[in-house]
Amino acid sequence: MEYTEKHVLALKELLYKMADDQLILGHRNSEWTGLGPILEEDIAFSSMAQDKIGQAQALYEILHELGEGEPDTVAFMRNAEQFHCCHLVEIPIGEYDFSLLRHFLFDRAEQIRFDMLAQSSFEPLAQVARKFRGEIKYHVMHADVWVKQLGKGGAESHGRMQDTLNSCFPMALGIFEPGPYEAELIEAGIFPGELALRNKWIEAIRPVIESAGLRLPDQFDDTSAYGGRYGSHTEYLQPLLDEMTEVFRIDPAAEW
Amino acid sequence: MVSTRDTRHLHPEIWDALQEVLDPEIPTLSIVDLGIVTGVSTPAEDAVEVKLTPTFSGCPALKIMEQLVEDRLKQAGWRNVKVYTSFDVAWNSNMISEAGLTALHKHGLAPPPRHDGYIELDVLSDVPCPLCGSRNTTMKTPFGPTLCRSMHYCNHCSNAFESFKPVS
Repeated sequence: MEYTEKHVLALKELLYKMADDQLILGHRNSEWTGLGPILEEDIAFSSMAQDKIGQAQALYEILHELGEGEPDTVAFMRNAEQFHCCHLVEIPIGEYDFSLLRHFLFDRAEQIRFDMLAQSSFEPLAQVARKFRGEIKYHVMHADVWVKQLGKGGAESHGRMQDTLNSCFPMALGIFEPGPYEAELIEAGIFPGELALRNKWIEAIRPVIESAGLRLPDQFDDTSAYGGRYGSHTEYLQPLLDEMTEVFRIDPAAEW
Repeated sequence: MVSTRDTRHLHPEIWDALQEVLDPEIPTLSIVDLGIVTGVSTPAEDAVEVKLTPTFSGCPALKIMEQLVEDRLKQAGWRNVKVYTSFDVAWNSNMISEAGLTALHKHGLAPPPRHDGYIELDVLSDVPCPLCGSRNTTMKTPFGPTLCRSMHYCNHCSNAFESFKPVS
């Protein structure tokens, strides 16, 4: 079908939130570089950071082709209220159990999102989604292994995983905050919508959580972490942006 | 633009030049054997366009490879060279040629196993040691010094080694 103006707005909104999630979580993951609890985890989070920032760049590139600014400008020259990321990705890395569960909950959702988008009617997005699927596979595999190991670990390990899951889960529901154009995305065959994604995500994470000996919280309609998709963020986003863009802002026209 | 497989015979001199462009991180491996050249065309008499596809979207070597292709083709006499990246053909590790697998091995990396699109931990872990050939190896982590490598340990010759990851 021919896209209307509203379909294009819907598409841009979807691309912005995906790209912003990837950029911000990519930045957070990179904060583990040099600090991982073991060398392999240091490298894993650094590699996942690189993947996510690469994916963000590809999405900003599609936005640029749709008439938005240059990828670097869009990534580095906006303030917090112009970002569409969800709250989950903004939170500081905290302890390893938080970063791991955030990685698990977020990447499981991204994997399903990319699967859905591989069939998108918007071919440039379908193409990158097919590429990202191969990459996210490794992230999900990594998260699953550690969630199971630590969930089934000793009493302290198990207890920390369950406590963190309980606090992380409502934040993760913010990923699925419906955007302003859900009906248009569904109608145009661009994306089946956040609600459909959330339902598939719960089905996908439940068996992993249970095989880790953990219990999935059952408040699926908690909206306490909503707002990110509309520019309302946690107190942690602006300081992250200030740090991330500090060098870029000294000379935005510099050649690297 | 026509796909790789259809254009080799049309522009053999261009493909020969591209064959000499090596992966900056794996200097035994040609970008043609790596499978990332997905299109070559000559829109005008002195103009050539080359399309590349990334192995990983965050691969920092891609920009360098674009520049290397441009330099090599200009050196071959093409005045108007355009090199660009497109996701229209998504790279997967089965696109590495037989010569490419040998080149990886020569660089000390275990080549990725051929796959049918289904990659799980057992596929990743079943990698023969590139140093002694033993299959008695353990994957330590699917993430390595570059996005395309995983890290392994050989229980037979007691060496750590890296593998080029299978990607679907």
